[in-house]
Amino acid sequence: MAEFEPKVIAFVCNWCTYAGADLTGTSRIKYAPNVRMVRLPCTGRIDFMLLLQAFGHGADGVIVSGCHPGDCHYTAGNFHARRRWMVFRRLLDFMGVDLRRVIFSWVSAAEGAKWAELVNTVVADVRKLGPYEAFPKRLAGQLKTVEVA
Amino acid sequence: MEALQQKARTLLQSGAVKVVIGYTAGSDAERARALFVRNGEQTQQLIWDDRCRQNLAAYLIKPEVRALGKPALVARTATLRTLLQYAVENQLADEAVLALAVADGQVVELPNFAAIEEYLAKQPRGLTPEQQQELAKMEALPLEERWAFWSAELQRCVKCYACRAACPLCYCDRCIVEVNQPQWIPVASDPLGNLEWNVVRAMHLAGRCVDCGSCADACPEKIRLDLLNRVAAQEVLTHFGAEPGYSTRKDYALAAYKPDDKEEFIR
Repeated sequence: MAEFEPKVIAFVCNWCTYAGADLTGTSRIKYAPNVRMVRLPCTGRIDFMLLLQAFGHGADGVIVSGCHPGDCHYTAGNFHARRRWMVFRRLLDFMGVDLRRVIFSWVSAAEGAKWAELVNTVVADVRKLGPYEAFPKRLAGQLKTVEVA
Repeated sequence: MEALQQKARTLLQSGAVKVVIGYTAGSDAERARALFVRNGEQTQQLIWDDRCRQNLAAYLIKPEVRALGKPALVARTATLRTLLQYAVENQLADEAVLALAVADGQVVELPNFAAIEEYLAKQPRGLTPEQQQELAKMEALPLEERWAFWSAELQRCVKCYACRAACPLCYCDRCIVEVNQPQWIPVASDPLGNLEWNVVRAMHLAGRCVDCGSCADACPEKIRLDLLNRVAAQEVLTHFGAEPGYSTRKDYALAAYKPDDKEEFIR
């Protein structure tokens, strides 16, 4: 049987982590290909629903990353996001969701190496944890696509 | 109870208020229901006892109730906190409602937010020792058991949204569950959708919930929604020092921040 390959979804902010990941690439640093990145304007824009949806669609781990505190392009987006994550994590933990699969990080546009290391660590950790089978999945047919005219 | 009925009669007869929103006997011996008293005779139907738990403040912001004219509201502690939270969220003007707090057979009239604030300052705050114990017991369980408990709880959810209807602070005209382009939360009762709905509900109330317990009371499946609210409220109190519903200061914890908020979990 082939080794389990974890699916990791990364929700990243446009200004720091996405640029940081670009730097990883231009610096020719190799990292685990298991991560799928979703670029959003700011960590403040990352609705907690997106995280639940990612797991519901079969992710085994989720990374959320943005600018370091004080570096937000929109001044305070990441500060607001941080508060929301604190409450969200506590709530999920209380409900028995495995927080080892939800990783938060600050990666700046200059930290290409940090991004590679973060992804590698997370992928290795999630690989050890195995597929997230306990989490309920979106049923077939509920996946509604919207056609834009 | 007599004092409350008497007070209601006087208020209505003097024209000080147009309607008294209180409780009356419900469909069985265990339940009370809301009563809108608009004339002196109806005041005899008003009751006040342990069954009167529903948070009546939820009615205040409904257009059909606003159309009735100035209301007096029979209020528990949580109801009073709701009124102050409404003030914070610009949902209620000062002196728009006369709150009637019943304590030791006496009816205390609280005509404005300042009076409510003063009254609440004298009331016991925070979770009762039993509630604290219940939370601690739950949090001490291993991860798998917590997951098993909540999976079993949420499996029973039928998405009737009675929790939302009963909650005085769930008043958005457009709720995320009605958004269907894209459909965030499936309409049917399914494990993922039930989890999503209940997390969303608790998150949207974090830092706003006044712990009236109306959601859990309204749930036909007796899901322990109040526990989720309390855990979020505890986090907000511990880390952000906010306890909603005790003042009219505009300090919604999740719309504010401090540069030095604790962040041990962020790598």
